[in-house]
Amino acid sequence: MGQTRDCNEMTAMSWPCVGEAGRTGDWRTMRPVLDPEKCVASRKNKIVCMQCWMFCPDNVITRTAPPEINLEYCKGCGICAEVCPSDAIKMTPEQGKQAEPTVMEEASCDG
Amino acid sequence: MTVETKSAVVITGNKAAAEAARLARVEVVAAYPITPQSPVVEALAKYIETGDLDAEFITVESEHSAMGVCIGAATAGSRVFTASSANGLAYMCEQLSWVAGSRLPIVMGCANRAMSAPWSVLNDQQDSMSQRDQGWIQLFCRNNQEILDTFLQAFRIAEQVKLPVMVCYDGYILSHTVMPVEIPDQEEVDAYLPPYAAHTALDPAAPRNINPVTLADPRLNGEGVLCHGYMEFRYLMEQAHQEALDVIVKADEEFGARFGRRWGGLTWSYQLDDADTVLIAAGSLAGEATISADMLREEGVRAGVLGLRAYRPFPADSLAEQLKQAKRVIVFDKSLSYGYGGPICMDVRATLQRHKMATDVDGYIAGLGGRDIKARELAAATRESIAWAAKRHAPKPTGWINLQL
Amino acid sequence: MATNALNLPENEYLLPGNRACAGCSVGIVFRHLSKALEGKAIFVVPASCFTVLCGMYPTASVTVPVMNSVFPGTAACASGIAASLKKQGREDITVVAMAGDGGTADIGIQGLSGAAERNANVFFVCYDNEAYMNTGTQRSGLTPLGARTSTTPTLGKGQFPKDMPAIVEAHDVPYIATASPGYPGDLYDKVRKARAIFGTRYMHINAPCPAGWQFAPGQTVAMAKSAVETRAFILYEIENGKFRLTGRSLALAGKDKFPGISEFLRHQGRFSKLDEALAAQLQARVEERWRQAVARHIACEQQ
Repeated sequence: MGQTRDCNEMTAMSWPCVGEAGRTGDWRTMRPVLDPEKCVASRKNKIVCMQCWMFCPDNVITRTAPPEINLEYCKGCGICAEVCPSDAIKMTPEQGKQAEPTVMEEASCDG
Repeated sequence: MTVETKSAVVITGNKAAAEAARLARVEVVAAYPITPQSPVVEALAKYIETGDLDAEFITVESEHSAMGVCIGAATAGSRVFTASSANGLAYMCEQLSWVAGSRLPIVMGCANRAMSAPWSVLNDQQDSMSQRDQGWIQLFCRNNQEILDTFLQAFRIAEQVKLPVMVCYDGYILSHTVMPVEIPDQEEVDAYLPPYAAHTALDPAAPRNINPVTLADPRLNGEGVLCHGYMEFRYLMEQAHQEALDVIVKADEEFGARFGRRWGGLTWSYQLDDADTVLIAAGSLAGEATISADMLREEGVRAGVLGLRAYRPFPADSLAEQLKQAKRVIVFDKSLSYGYGGPICMDVRATLQRHKMATDVDGYIAGLGGRDIKARELAAATRESIAWAAKRHAPKPTGWINLQL
Repeated sequence: MATNALNLPENEYLLPGNRACAGCSVGIVFRHLSKALEGKAIFVVPASCFTVLCGMYPTASVTVPVMNSVFPGTAACASGIAASLKKQGREDITVVAMAGDGGTADIGIQGLSGAAERNANVFFVCYDNEAYMNTGTQRSGLTPLGARTSTTPTLGKGQFPKDMPAIVEAHDVPYIATASPGYPGDLYDKVRKARAIFGTRYMHINAPCPAGWQFAPGQTVAMAKSAVETRAFILYEIENGKFRLTGRSLALAGKDKFPGISEFLRHQGRFSKLDEALAAQLQARVEERWRQAVARHIACEQQ
C-alpha cells in the first residue's frame, strides 16, 4: 500500500484544484481567436461588453480589456464567439484536429 | 468499585432506546414511523417538544429520507439518531451503505421485525441480518437495560472507529415489554461520552467535495500526493471493523467501571466453563436459551450458552477460544439465508473450521414472523441434535423449531 | 438595477479545467449561482452532470463545499445539513440542493416534496437538461413531448413534461423562480433574493445540453435565449404566492408577435423528426401556458 496512504484520508474528500480533468485545452478542436480591432473592450481599453466573460461555462476568459482566453483549459466550445456582439472572436481549427463538435471524454458516472 | 444503587424505572425497550438517545444529547433526530419502532421516536419527539432534549426533530416522509437527514447532519457536525424496523430498514438500504462508506458514526436502533411478504409486524431478525454487509457494526441486546446501555456504548464505539452502529433489539419481545431499567446520571453519561466531533468538513472557508466519484486506482491530488482509490477506502473500512473488536470490549469495560454494569463486550456466556454442549443465539432468544441450559443440566447434559452481542464485526477468535471445550454447538437463528441456512450458524461453522476444530455444529431456524419459542423447545432441539450424532453420520439438515406443517 | 455583465461580481467559484462537456450550460449556471451566494453555501449533489463537473477524487473543480448524495436523497440530506447548521448557529450559510431533472422530478421528488412540506431551510435548484444526460440521454419526467432520447429512440417521448415549479408551488413554499443560463443577470438577482428568504426555495433552470439535445456546443446560450424568446421557457418568480414575469419574459409580455416553437426546436437534433401535428400540439401548449402566465402576472400586479 505504502504510497497510496500518503493522503491519510479515511473517506473521499477532494480539494479544489485547477485542471481537475487535466489540460482540458487538449479537448479542443476549434480555437477561439480574438480580434482586438473588433472587440469593443479592446478598442476602448475599458471594461465594457464582457459577454464572453459572462457566458464562458469554464471560467477561462478574464474580465479585462482586452479579455484573455486561457487556452490551457479552454475546451473550444465556441460560446464566446456566438455571444460576441461585435463578431470579434472567430473559431479556427486546431492544427491536426478534426473540426467537429467537442465530445465529452471520460465523464460518466453512475446515475 | 462500589456504585451507588439507583432506583429503576419500569419501561419498554423502545423507551430505553429513547432514554439513551436523550442521555447521549443527540442533536438531530429524524425518523419515520414503523411498527414496532414508532414509540422510540414518539418519545424523542416529546422530549424535544418539552425541552428535555435540545435537538432538532425532522419528521421526514420516509426512512430513506430519515437516513438522508442523518447523513447531512452528521456530516455537518451533529450527533444524530434514528431508528427503524423491517421494510423501513430495507427502504434505507442504499443510505446504509452510504453511511458506512462515508465513515459517519451514526447510531441507529433496529427494533427487529420480520420482512414481508406476506406482512408481519412481529419479531424475527431477518431485517438487520439482510443488511449485514453494508459496513455497519451490529450489536444485539437481550433485555431493556442492555438496550439503554448498549446505545450509550454504541455512540462511543461509533465515534471512536468512525463506523456506524446498528443496535438491534427484538420487536415486541423487548420493544413493547416493560422491564426495570436503571437510568444513569446525565453527568456520568457526559463523562463517558465526549461531545461529537465530525471528521468531515463542510465549511465554505475550507471547501471539500465529499464522496465524489472515486476511481479504481489511486490518483494524484493537486499537490502531487498519491491518494486512495476506491479499494483502499474499502480496506480501511475493514481495518476499522477489526479495530472495533477491541473497541467494543473496552467500551463495555469502561462502561462497567463507571456504571457498574457490564454486558460482556463481544459475547456473553452462561454456564459455559464446563459445558460440552453450547447453545448460541443473539438477542432475547439467547436469554431464553439460558433456561434451556438449566433444563438440560437437570438431565445431566453439560449445557451452556454463548450469546452474541456483536454480530459484525464477528467475534471469531473469541468464539473459537470460548468453544475449545465444546463437543457440540447448536445455533439458533431468527433469520435465514435462503438456500443455505441460518446466518449465525454459517459463521460459527466457518469459524470452527478455520480454527481446525472438529466440533459438531447444528443449526435451527426459530421464531420467524413472531412464532413463539419456548425454552423447552430449544432444549428438545438440543436433545435431537445429540441423538442425531449418536445414530447417524450424515450431516443433520437445518431444523425448524415449532414448525406446524 | 438588474444585474448585467458589467456589474456582476468578479469572484469565481468554478476552476478552469473541469470535467463538464464543452459548452455545458451547467458551468454558466453554477458560476452565477455561486457568485450570488458569494461562496457562502454548502452544495448537496445527487448523481448528476454536476457531479461530473465537480470532479473525481482527490481533486475538485469548485471552491465551495460539496456533499455528494444518493440519487433520491438530495433534499433530505440538505435538510439534515440545515438542521445541523441551525443547531450550530451557522445559518448564514445557504444550503443548496442542486439536482438535475431526474434527481428533482423523478427519483428525487419524494424527498423534495417532504422537505418542501416541512419548509426545510433549503434552496433547491433543479438544472433541467430534460433527460438523464449523465447516463446517456434517457427519457425523464421532464423530457419534452416529441423529444427523441435513448429510451424513446425512434418515436420521441409521448407525453408532456411535469410542471415542476407548479408541483413545488402546491407545497406553499415562500419562493419559486425559473431562470436561464441565457440571462445570467436575471438568475443572479433571483438567487440574491432567494438567499435572504428562510424556508424552502425552489429554482427551476432551463439547461440546454449540446450532447443530449444535439446541437453544436457553441449554441448553448443561443439555445437558452431561443427557449425564452419562443416562450417555450418562461422567466418568472413567485414570492409568497405573488407571481411576476421577469427579465426577458416580462419584456415579451408587451408583444403580440413571437417566433414559433419550431424556431427553437429545429436546431435540436432530438426534434429532427418532428412532424407538423406534433409541432402544432407543442405550439398550442406554449400559447396556453403563456396566456396563463401573462394573465397571472397582470392579476398579481393589480392586487
